[in-house]
Formats: sequence, structure tokens, C-alpha cells
Amino acid sequence: HLATSLPLPSERDHLRPRIDLIVFMIDIKSKYSLKNVETSLAHVDASFFLGKVCFLVTGVGRLNSCSVEMNAVCKLGETYCSPVLFCELELEGIRVSTAQRLLRMLQICAGHTPGVSALSFVSLMRSSDDN
Amino acid sequence: MDETVAEYIRRIVLKIPKDEIKTMLQKWGFLSEAQLRTLNFHQIKDSISQEVVQLCVENSADIKQAAVLDIIYNHIYQNKRMWSVYQMKKSGEELEYFDITDFKKKFKGRLRSALKNVTITFKEYEDNAIWIRVAWGTLHKKPNQYKPSYVVYHSQTPYVFVSASMLKSTLPLLCQALIVASNYHDIREMELRSHSLNSLKDIVFKRYSQNFQTYSPKHLQGGNMEPKSEDLRVVQENRSEKERRHRLNWEVFGDGPQPKLEYAQYRLETMFKSDPKMNVLDKKEPFRCLVKFSSPHLLESLKSLAPAGMADARLSPLLTCIPHKARNYFKIKEKKVLHPENFVSP
Repeated sequence: HLATSLPLPSERDHLRPRIDLIVFMIDIKSKYSLKNVETSLAHVDASFFLGKVCFLVTGVGRLNSCSVEMNAVCKLGETYCSPVLFCELELEGIRVSTAQRLLRMLQICAGHTPGVSALSFVSLMRSSDDN
Repeated sequence: MDETVAEYIRRIVLKIPKDEIKTMLQKWGFLSEAQLRTLNFHQIKDSISQEVVQLCVENSADIKQAAVLDIIYNHIYQNKRMWSVYQMKKSGEELEYFDITDFKKKFKGRLRSALKNVTITFKEYEDNAIWIRVAWGTLHKKPNQYKPSYVVYHSQTPYVFVSASMLKSTLPLLCQALIVASNYHDIREMELRSHSLNSLKDIVFKRYSQNFQTYSPKHLQGGNMEPKSEDLRVVQENRSEKERRHRLNWEVFGDGPQPKLEYAQYRLETMFKSDPKMNVLDKKEPFRCLVKFSSPHLLESLKSLAPAGMADARLSPLLTCIPHKARNYFKIKEKKVLHPENFVSP
């Protein structure tokens, strides 16, 4: 399901399945997209932040048109205990591998991988911070 | 043959891209087909131009023919020049029959009586456009062929498109000659400038696709909205919002291509409004500021802002009024009246 911002329009509530993973996409060229994500985060139920939220920063191939501070994005990931992925949508290889990563995360969040749950992401993040 | 004419022709030929030289010389028609066949178009341009000049010498070309070649070049490469638009006014409502010979005679007469040394050339094109080229001299100096003015006049309209020479002082004289020749009594410069002559014509002749406020509520732009093939597994949560934005955009810009403008300039003479405690600019003078938008194709880029999600669907009327008001240079003064129409002054 694609949405431009949260909250989701209520008229489609009955058509929506259970949400297993929320990916917030931030375009590195647009300050507006970061702002939009920050405002939308306020509408997310706290239970999602146990591994069911992830930030995807796009457009990193064009660092010369960068409008969003890297620090701001990483801080966002830390504040909300959620992983931050970087990708470049214009390159097919990276696009495909990012999609595969997200799909893997989704499988885990939806409970399709025995032995691993979404909570694992939170603990994984903890350890990388200690470096 | 005059050395300066030879040099002038040589320079024009050098400007023409190599594969266009033959066609342009054919359009010119001054050299015969037989002569054109003797030219080797596969050598370097320098040599081609020398050969062309040689042939022109044989035919005793004078400045008049060279000027025609110059018009032809500028007609094809019209977008290299910056064009402004002038509007002429008639005193009465009489619809006079337009006589091209009379026009030319009056135009030449007016210019020549003021300045003895001018080169004036006319060329008519199929779309009722009369192209005029004027090279300016003074009482004592011969005309400078390298800085001419070009005028495009559609006789059935009150509009004149001018690509003025660098010599600014020639403009009033040019305007005067135009109104005398065309039997109008006044001429004013519109605040409309662009490199694309056709777009300027589209705007003043209202040839671009306009959209009117009334529309059928059921009319949705199904075709235009989703250019990529939609995967049915992807659900758009904000589809109705997206459709609304596209519809609003369509209402403002319409379906067809927009006229091509490169700039929109807004000269602000408004008062700076700030918190009185901030103590900024407490003088009661207007804050002068110039805002300029530039783009290879300004109106198309404005049209694509809302669909790209970079702006709200309702763009400022100051931007969207550009084709309707036929202007891209604005002066904005303080709002004195509530009516928004009076907000923008000429």
C-alpha cells in the first residue's frame, strides 16, 4: 500500500489488511519529504516501533543534490529505534537488492520466519550503536 | 563587389550548420542550381564560405541580397534571439484594407526621412508574417549590418514582435515607423519577452490550449494520470487526493503543450511586514526586491510541480496568470483595493 502521508484516509479502513511493516521513504533531495515523514510518525501507534518501522533514504546516488542532512536522518533512526536503509532507486541493481532486503524484513515482521521476530531488529540496532 | 558585402555573406554562411548550408542557399535563390552544384559541401566550412562568396562576386551580389540571406537565417534560427512584443492601438474602429506595398513604402519613407543611412529588407512568409530587417547607420556612417533589428508583423493583428538591435536608441524610431506604416496611432511595449517567437505568438493570438472554469464533473483524466503501467497489487491509499490534484492542475493548465517562456520576473515594491518588536526596516518605505524564475521551459515546469508532489495543487495566481495576461514581467505594488485584479500593476 502506498501513501503520501499519515494518517491513512479513513474511508479505506475496511479495505485494508493488517499492517506488518511501515517503510518511511525520505528523498535526500527534498527537505519536504523529511518533514512529511516526521509529521507522519506522530500518527503511528507505539507498538509498531518494536521492529515494524524502517526508514528508507532514496536518491543517495546524487549526493550533490543533497538537501537532507545525514545526521538528521540517523538521529531519526536512533530516536525511533528503527533501522535506516540507504538506496538509489535509479540503479536497477540497487533497487532490486533493496527490495529483496525489505521483503526479507517483511517476512520476519509478518511472522513467516520461524525463530525470528520483528523484535530482533531492535536488538540488532542496539549492538551497532555501541560501536 | 563591395568587400564589406563579401565579408558579411561569408560570416553568415559560417554561422549556418554545415548540413543546412545547401538548403538555405536554395531558399535564398540568389545562386543558380548550376552554381550550387559546383559547390563542394564536404569540405570545411571555411572553404565552403569562400566558394560561396566567389559565386556571389560572379553574380554581383549587393547588400540587399545579403540582407535577404540574413533574414532567412534568422527566420530559421529565430529562437536564438530574444523577442519582445508590442501592441498597437487604432484610434477608431475602421477596418482598413491592408496594402502591403503601401505599408512598405510608408515604413521606408519614415525611416529614411529620419536617417539617410538604413538598410531595410522585407520578406513575407506563408503564415501572413512580414519579416522586416533594419540595419542602422547615422547621417554620416553607413549602416552597421552586424547589429540589425528584426520585426515580425502579422498584418491582421495589432501585434508586432521585435528583436531589437543592441543600439537602444533606434527603438523609438522603429516604433514610430511601424505605426505610421500600419495606420495605427499608438504603440506600447507589452511586458512579455521570450526566445521562442512561436510561443509569444501562441500567447497573444490565444493559440495555446486554454482551460475554462466550467468543466464536466465526471471528466477525469484517466489517460494522463498514470503514465506507468500500474501493478494491480499496488494499492494507492491516497488515490482520490491524487486525482483531485491532477484535476486541479488540468483545470489550470489544460491538456496541450504550454507556450515556451524562459523567465518570469516579479518586481516587488511592497512594504516589509514584520513583528513591530523586531525593529526591522521601521522606515515606511517599500521594500524593493526582484524575484526571477528561470527555466528552459517555465510553464511546463510549473505544470509538472503538482503531479511531482513538489507543490500544492493550487499554484499562486501570479504564476498561473502568465499566459492569460500575456505577460511575464510584473510589478507588484501595495494592495490598496480588496479586488485582486488591481493588485498587479503594469
